Formats: sequence, structure tokens, C-alpha cells
Amino acid sequence: MIEFRAVTKRFEDGTIAVDELDLAVEAGTITVFVGPSGCGKTTSLRMVNRMIDPTSGTILVDGKDVLAVDPPTLRRGIGYVIQQAGLFPHRTVLDNVATVPLLSGWDRRKARTRAAELLEIVGLDPAFGKRYPAQLSGGQQQRVGVARALAADPPVLLMDEPFSAVDPVVREDLQNELLRLQAELDKTIVFVTHDIDEALKLGERVAVFQTGGHLAQYAKPAELLSAPANDFVASFVGRDRGYRTLTFLHADVPVHPVTTAKLGQRVTVTDWTLVVDEQDRPKGWLSGVDGEVEITEKNLVSGGSLYDGTSLRGALDAALSSPSALGVMVDDNGAVTGVVRADDVIKALAKARAAGEVPK
Amino acid sequence: MTWIFENWDRFWEVTEVHLRLSVVPVLIGFALSIPLGWWASRSQTARAVLFPLANVLFTIPSIALIVITPVLIGVKILDEINVIVPLVIYTVALMVRSVADALSAVPGNVIAAANAMGYRPLRRFLTVDFPLALPVTIAGLRVATVSNISMVSVGALVGLGGYGQLFTEGYQTDNSAKVFAGLIGTVVLAALADGLLLLIGRLLTPWARAGR
Repeated sequence: MIEFRAVTKRFEDGTIAVDELDLAVEAGTITVFVGPSGCGKTTSLRMVNRMIDPTSGTILVDGKDVLAVDPPTLRRGIGYVIQQAGLFPHRTVLDNVATVPLLSGWDRRKARTRAAELLEIVGLDPAFGKRYPAQLSGGQQQRVGVARALAADPPVLLMDEPFSAVDPVVREDLQNELLRLQAELDKTIVFVTHDIDEALKLGERVAVFQTGGHLAQYAKPAELLSAPANDFVASFVGRDRGYRTLTFLHADVPVHPVTTAKLGQRVTVTDWTLVVDEQDRPKGWLSGVDGEVEITEKNLVSGGSLYDGTSLRGALDAALSSPSALGVMVDDNGAVTGVVRADDVIKALAKARAAGEVPK
Repeated sequence: MTWIFENWDRFWEVTEVHLRLSVVPVLIGFALSIPLGWWASRSQTARAVLFPLANVLFTIPSIALIVITPVLIGVKILDEINVIVPLVIYTVALMVRSVADALSAVPGNVIAAANAMGYRPLRRFLTVDFPLALPVTIAGLRVATVSNISMVSVGALVGLGGYGQLFTEGYQTDNSAKVFAGLIGTVVLAALADGLLLLIGRLLTPWARAGR
């Protein structure tokens, strides 16, 4: 557990980066600090491992005052993932990951064995171990950065805008990977970002910082969306927050059957037909046409997003983005299980609201 | 060329002296420029003092410096110290900037990561900052070494200076073969030293050519 008690940081030029911060990060959760630049989120993070020392106030990690521990010793017990990975360019991937164990006095062989295990844990082929960081893509480098932070198995992990420098597709991969890792490892993670979507996706608790180093709201993501504490939070969370609230609702939506056909078949279609491959995975839609037609890739209309049965947002988006207005629902293997309709989602939302499941 | 083979013992003797008079100052100068360069890479004040000073020292003609040194430090005119001290000064003047630039060019997020991993300052310098500064530092070292090998000859004016003696003797006895032998020696020595440093640099920094 990490606790900030009346923590203030005033820099030499007089700017107040963090103003009387009181906040408790629960053990075993991902807590996200989010806010615009200059709001003090990174300064707050860096005070936990004494990259920056507070002007006043106390920070406790597991009940111990961090100012009582000398910085290098403290830091070896706290994992740190930095922007753009910050890997050591002159060391192989394996030796990068082995950094903290080696600093803590492990013998080289043991440290490298541990490093190789970690590469697998973060989803990298152990063959990457012999390469230098410059030979990896940005996303791969960031995975190595996470492996390096986890090497000495620290209970606390600090992540400073770790995914900000990679493209959106890779970023989503890394975010999902982090959630998967956290389900296994159960660390106390503090994650800093300026991206509210990332914060809402990753955070079990989200701390919204306001310019001037002021904590505006500290709440669960659904609560931030449905009940922002002030105008700043409301505008920072964004315009379509009503829609995004659906991300956190998991009500049942009626699933309807759908007519499917396979590529290469000759069919007569009168209405929208869902074309699937051999494993029943959706390939696209075929609109109603006159007479018999052979289904080829060319006469398919590509489909919208897919609904995996988790949140109302996924269901509504699938329905709204589908050319047939029918949202395709898939199972874990990606096979079609049916379709959902937008009006059903709205009804499910009304039901959830009536049952008090929508936070006020 | 024939002069070199006919007078091999003499040629080898001046080669040894030339090598010693150029390599020893490079080693001492390099060792001195590491702490000075480190200081300059961290402090604006150090930079403001050291860089102009280095420029001024480098513009002092080598003849002047070699002739003045015995007077300043009070040693016999024929002592090798008289050549070594000025060349150490030139080496430091060149290398301080290389080392400072090389250390300043180490990426900030790499240094921040090293601190966050729990490095203590000395270990961080020896195992992170300095190795990362090596490519630029070695480039500077190559320039300093080659320029020293060329400048040693000026030492002949105070009776030292390796190949320089071949120049003065050749000039006085109107023996162009001897002058030419000194010239070949200097160029070959400089090329060999440069190549050796290049090779050492490549062996020490395999990562610098990795990827992309």
C-alpha cells in the first residue's frame, strides 16, 4: 500500500507541482494518475521512489516512510517503467532485464535465468535476449522495460507514461498485456498517463489531477464518468462520457439468430446475410441482391466492431457500426454466436438504471 | 625507403622514442580529461571556464610551448618531460570537449532509468554513462592521438622528438632521403595508431552498430 499524507512539492522557482496531496493506493490494484501536463501526476509518482523528494508531507510504502530509506536501496525494491522504455543501449535485452537482480547482488547466472523467464512472462521470444535494444520495435522495447521492472519481483510497480510513444494498435496490445499480467502477478501498480481513455481502461481507481498540483477526484472509472466531482473533471473526462459509461455496465442483451453463409457459396439473399469463414468467424456482410449470387471477397461489405459479450458499450458500438444495424456477437474463439440490436441495448441500460446499477 | 632499410637500427630507435613521446601524453591526457569532461558535462560554470581555456591552450604554437616548458617547470632541456607536458596539455584541450559532449549526449531517459533501478553514482558512471560515451570519446581520442604523433617532431628543436630528429639532421646535411624517412615513419605510425583505436572502439562497442 502507498499512502500520500499532506504531500507538497514546491520547486526552487516557486511553482507548486503537488499541493497537499492526500491519497491512498490500495495494495494489489492498478491506480492511474491522470491529468494534463503540469498537473503534478509525474512528480507525485517520482516522489514514491525518491527520484524527487517532497517539500513537506509524508509518503509511506507498506507503512514505512520512504524518506527513511536511502534512495538506491528503496528503488531496488520498487519496479519502474519509464517513457520510451529507457533501455540501456549498450546491453543485450537479457542483461537489461537482469539489471536490478545484478545490482542487488545476485550472481550472474541466476540473474540471467530469471531474466529469461521474465521475457516469456511479458510475451517475448527468449531468442530476443541476445539482441540489443536498437534491434527491437518500440512495442517490444516497452515489453522489455516492463520485464526489467519486474525482474526482482518488487511488490510495487511505478509506470511513468510507459505506452505514450507507441502507435495506437501496439498501445492497445500493451495495455491488454498489462491487464493480463496484473491478473497473474497482483502487484500494486501506479500508472501515470495523460490519456483519459487509457486511465479508464487500466485503472481500478483513477486519480484525476488538475493544473496546479491539485487532486480533483479519486474514484472508480464508472464513477468518474457518471458523477464527475467538478467541471474540470467533467471536461477532462470528455464529451461522450455518457456513452463511455456503458463500458462499465455488463447487463444482458438479447441475442438474436442471424442468417450466415460461407465464401464461395452460391446463394439467393433477400436481406443482410453474414458471411463467415470455415471456423464461423465473421468475414463481412452481403446485402440483399436480386437473383442468385456467388459470394466472393469482392461483394462483401466489411463489418463493424465485434461484441464479445462483456460490456454494453461493446454491444451498442457493434450495432451502431454494423452496415446491417445488427451487431455481431462472437465467442472466445471469434466464432459468431448471434447478433444484438441497438434498441435492445438501450432497453438493457434502462433496466440497469432502474435496478440502481448505474452509478449516480 | 632505402635509407630506412640501410639504417634500420637508427630508424627503429627514433620510432621507439617517437611512439613513447606521443602515446604517453595521450594516456595521461585522456585520464585527466575524463574527470574534467565529466565536470564540464554537469556544470555550466565548469563549461564556461574549461572550454575557452582549452581553446586558448590549443592555439599556443607547439614550438613556443615546448621551448617554454623547461623554464616553467625547471627541468633539464633534454628531458622527455619537456615534450610530454605540452602534449598532455594539447590532449586535454582536445579531449575535454569530446568527453563532455559524449557524456552530455547520453539520453536523459536512460540515465533516469538507471537512477530509478537503484544505481549509485560511481557505478552508474562506470557501467552506464561512460560506456555509452565511448563512441564519441574514442573518435576524439583518435584525433588527439594522430595530432600528437604529428606534433612530437617539433620536440627535435629541443633535441628530442623521434622522427623530428631525422628532419633536422636531414635538413642540416642536405639529405632528403633522411627527411623522407621521417615523413614516412610519421604517416605510417599515425595510420597504424588510428586503425588500432578504430578496432578497439569497434570491439568495445558492438552495440553501436546494432539494428536499423
